[in-house]
Amino acid sequence: MMARKKLYYRGVPTAPYDLVKEFLAALLVVTVLVLLFTVFLSSPDEPPLSIKQVAQQDPAGFLQTSVGELNGSSGIAGYGPPYNNSSGSVQELGPFSPQRWAGVHIPVNTAQDYVLGPLSQVSFANPALSRALTQYNTASAGQQGKWTDAYTTALGKATVNGSSVSVPSCACGPVTRMMSTMLQLGQRGAMDGLLLTTPGYYQTDYTRPLLFLADSGAVAAHASQFHLLGTQWGVMNETGNYPGQAWLWLYTTFYQIWPFNTSPMGTAAGDLGPVVAIMFFTLLLTFLPWIPGLNRLPRYLGVYRLIWKDYYRAQKRRPATPTDGVQS
Amino acid sequence: MNLTRTVQDRLNETLPYDELLPAEQPAYVHSYVYLFGIGTLASFLLLIVSGIILSMFGPQWWHSSTIGHFFNSIHFWSVQAFFFFMVLHLWTAFFQGAWRDGRGLTWVSGVITFTVSILTAFTGYLSQQNFDAQWIAVQGKDAINSSGVGAFFDVLNFGQMYGFHIVILPLAVASLMGVHLLLVRLRGVVRPYPLGRPGEEQES
Repeated sequence: MMARKKLYYRGVPTAPYDLVKEFLAALLVVTVLVLLFTVFLSSPDEPPLSIKQVAQQDPAGFLQTSVGELNGSSGIAGYGPPYNNSSGSVQELGPFSPQRWAGVHIPVNTAQDYVLGPLSQVSFANPALSRALTQYNTASAGQQGKWTDAYTTALGKATVNGSSVSVPSCACGPVTRMMSTMLQLGQRGAMDGLLLTTPGYYQTDYTRPLLFLADSGAVAAHASQFHLLGTQWGVMNETGNYPGQAWLWLYTTFYQIWPFNTSPMGTAAGDLGPVVAIMFFTLLLTFLPWIPGLNRLPRYLGVYRLIWKDYYRAQKRRPATPTDGVQS
Repeated sequence: MNLTRTVQDRLNETLPYDELLPAEQPAYVHSYVYLFGIGTLASFLLLIVSGIILSMFGPQWWHSSTIGHFFNSIHFWSVQAFFFFMVLHLWTAFFQGAWRDGRGLTWVSGVITFTVSILTAFTGYLSQQNFDAQWIAVQGKDAINSSGVGAFFDVLNFGQMYGFHIVILPLAVASLMGVHLLLVRLRGVVRPYPLGRPGEEQES
């Protein structure tokens, strides 16, 4: 033992200890426990949602989302950085807004990426769609807005029968044709692939299809069945009857308590507030050894008496030494 | 000047074998409380082994193969065991005031390991390619974006999250655990608080 450690442990009884054996025993016990849980409880694997599913199960909702992406009224169209220059979801605490400072790094043009792009890719074999796209693209922004507004209004009066939607006739120009093709693409599963298409052959980035699904509200609706929403302490939960991420209790707690769950904090910084709070508490925990008062908290809590009760009992039995009660 | 000999001498001086793997410990270490750290390490080893097997067969394997799902379950329950032991280790280290007597860096390395482990688990959930992954990505993006980090760390980008989960973050956790263990071994475990009421003794 090094000299300074010898000095530190002076007066403390020592005993033989086999660290290697301890590790092997721990490995054996943990392995057996994990295998038992694996064999008897398996693990959750709820299949992912697809745009095809959403288009088939809620065709009106799919069309609502699509026309929202086209006219820029959807959640992602108005989100802001890192997707675009809007400001609908930009969070700030006074002048502190790292989201705005970071800027647009994952550009998403909802009209082009979700509607016009996919439709133009399939329009080569559909002259009527091709004409509709030309008519839409060459119209003024004001005219485009009138068409999409009229379609949105008509969609509100649409009748849904299973996976088909009957939209009343309206002054919607080419939008009716475009949206009916969108629904066909969605229900046949083509949209799932078209939205993945990025430059290059291999695909690993699901940003665009996931943002579209988020806009549809289908993911949140499905998540609420598993108690995964933020208001349901969802960060700590898991699909099925499985333990979730219990270690995130502190993080999710901030979403449930004042001032983070009420206006104005809940509106302007619904996530930024908890993020800043958790960073503060993490730093506090990290630098605890040097924070006066807090670094002596365990001494006052006294739980250590339980942890070292055998040591203290032995101390009381043996005669006092000059090092007792003094720490280096 | 022989640099190799200098490094060798320095290592012999600061990292002697009997300090790294001591065969004798203070008697109070013979307690279940001191097993939570080693339980964390054992769980981490299981995580690495099951993770390597899962990554060898690709991220979609476990959805279609019974054996793949079995190894995913081992990975899943190892995560639960890892955090169970790690949180208990953190709490007991706190109640012991384990940072005392020059052990501040040991505590700091442990807390950073805990924080990076949470990030590793988070990217693991995002890499599952199931509904959990979809929901956590969609739900988590707002918090990540609000901090500005979302511009560079896209939770909806499976490829990026998978890379972080199977290479970058496990390497970070393993390195941090290595540093933490080294500090524990070099400085030893903290002495128990002195008997008597707080304030009656001198503490450094």
